[in-house]
Amino acid sequence: MAIIETKNLTYTYPGGAKPSVRDVSVKIEKGEFVLVTGPSGCGKTTLCRCFNGLIPHFYQGELKGEVTAAGLKVAEQPICELAKHVGLVFQNPENQLFALSVEKDVAFGLENLGVPREEMRKRVDWALKLTGIYDLRERAPHELSGGQQQRAAIASVLAMQPEVIVLDEPTSFLDPLGAKKIFEVIYELNRKLGITTVLVEHRLDLTAKYVDHIIIMEDGKVVLDGEPREILSSKEARLIGVGIPKATRLYQILQKDRVKLGNAVPLSSDEMSALLRGVLKA
Amino acid sequence: MIEVKDVHFTYPNGVEALKGVSLTINNGEFAAIMGENGAGKTTLVKHFNGLLKPTKGSVLVDGVDTRKVSVATLARKVGFVFQNPDTQLFSETVEEEIAFALKNFGFKENIIKRRVTWALNLLGLVQYRKTSPFMLSGGERKRVALASVLAWNPKMLILDEPTIGQDYQQKEKLRQFIMQMKAQRRTIIIVTHDVEFVAECNPRVLLMRGGRMVTDGEARKVLTNPEILTQASVVPPQIAQIFIKLSDLGLPKNVIDVYEAREILLSVLEEQAK
Repeated sequence: MAIIETKNLTYTYPGGAKPSVRDVSVKIEKGEFVLVTGPSGCGKTTLCRCFNGLIPHFYQGELKGEVTAAGLKVAEQPICELAKHVGLVFQNPENQLFALSVEKDVAFGLENLGVPREEMRKRVDWALKLTGIYDLRERAPHELSGGQQQRAAIASVLAMQPEVIVLDEPTSFLDPLGAKKIFEVIYELNRKLGITTVLVEHRLDLTAKYVDHIIIMEDGKVVLDGEPREILSSKEARLIGVGIPKATRLYQILQKDRVKLGNAVPLSSDEMSALLRGVLKA
Repeated sequence: MIEVKDVHFTYPNGVEALKGVSLTINNGEFAAIMGENGAGKTTLVKHFNGLLKPTKGSVLVDGVDTRKVSVATLARKVGFVFQNPDTQLFSETVEEEIAFALKNFGFKENIIKRRVTWALNLLGLVQYRKTSPFMLSGGERKRVALASVLAWNPKMLILDEPTIGQDYQQKEKLRQFIMQMKAQRRTIIIVTHDVEFVAECNPRVLLMRGGRMVTDGEARKVLTNPEILTQASVVPPQIAQIFIKLSDLGLPKNVIDVYEAREILLSVLEEQAK
């Protein structure tokens, strides 16, 4: 069953000249790891804001069509109710963290939901440990490095134990190794806890190998929607200007040169080097 | 030319962000500064236009000590685009934002018009001419900030994380623009975590760690050395990873470009077929 579904969703920001999201119908299944990508300004972030009710409740504007999340009709539910089900991690952690200690930041959402004290303590510690920042719990968020802040932002959303977690370019300020580690944490949470994960990201080199489902948007519309290997090897994806992982690109180029590498499209350097090893040994 | 001589810098809160950095960047050079969060990359480049002055040591821009000139004077020569566009944008429309610095520098009205239109075209922002920058997406705001600096065509350009939020096509345009600037003997310095972008540009790479410079060399050499990269919290680009993994088969290690990878693999396969 789909945990998030939009039907003919069209949305225009207040004062916007044209819709930012146009006639979008997508289904996200429970437990899936979904990547949403597309050119800058294509409506990715806007679409994600519809999943937890920030649109239309906070941003207002004009919404047509239907969005359901965790069985709730988004347009009819207040943000505080939706927040229990769909957590959103912002692009810039500084927009999200504000308390005097990491621990208080992580507890904040739970306090607002009126979670009992004992339960709150348990969930905060659990989220801090999962994201690997338990030792930093008494530090001030603004004193932490970008990567630690990004982990704190993820922990504060996880503590709410949402069924869906939406992450909007969660590693854009991180060094490559820091980014890699965050994606590994997110992937683990998805696989171990079965949290449905929606990731907005341009850097497919780092993320394509983790995902079950890719949605590509262009100019407010969904133009490609399906299985990653199929989508990333399609000509359309390249023409839209999606950053195809270089391993996948090399595979495509060599296929054209009639090098026989098999039909399993690689998404990572590990997969591509294994394929090459096959032909180079022979 | 930028000459950095044994620069130390300590922030007022006592954090020592630079611990003795020396380097020279010549006119017409394209350099990428990379390294872990908190390595001192942004602190270093803020010295290049005089936003920060060294606690010890000196920075010379075209022979002039940055301590002896105002930021306003240096700005004309050294353009700086910040990591977060929101620290830079303030005008009511994209057009006004781009025209602002040009007006301050005293350009004539008709030249301002021409340069604004040029910058809007270059960065794919023409349709937003009359839009408020704050109505735009993160990636688009980043391009407005870039346009507002490119418009006055500074001799040296510093871009802090220029590819954040940019899609592949925008990155490709940025790459072509940088190459054009380089051909005009202008200097471009980028601070970036985007290894794939650096792999496509093959600039000089300066790797920083803990307030010091750890490596300085051509991208294809630096980005294919996993030991040094790991120290600086950088991972090799995907093509380099593939060749490193296959190095036991006698393939070269220093490959970062997908088309070069193709040439090498095809010639090896041809050799095998014989």
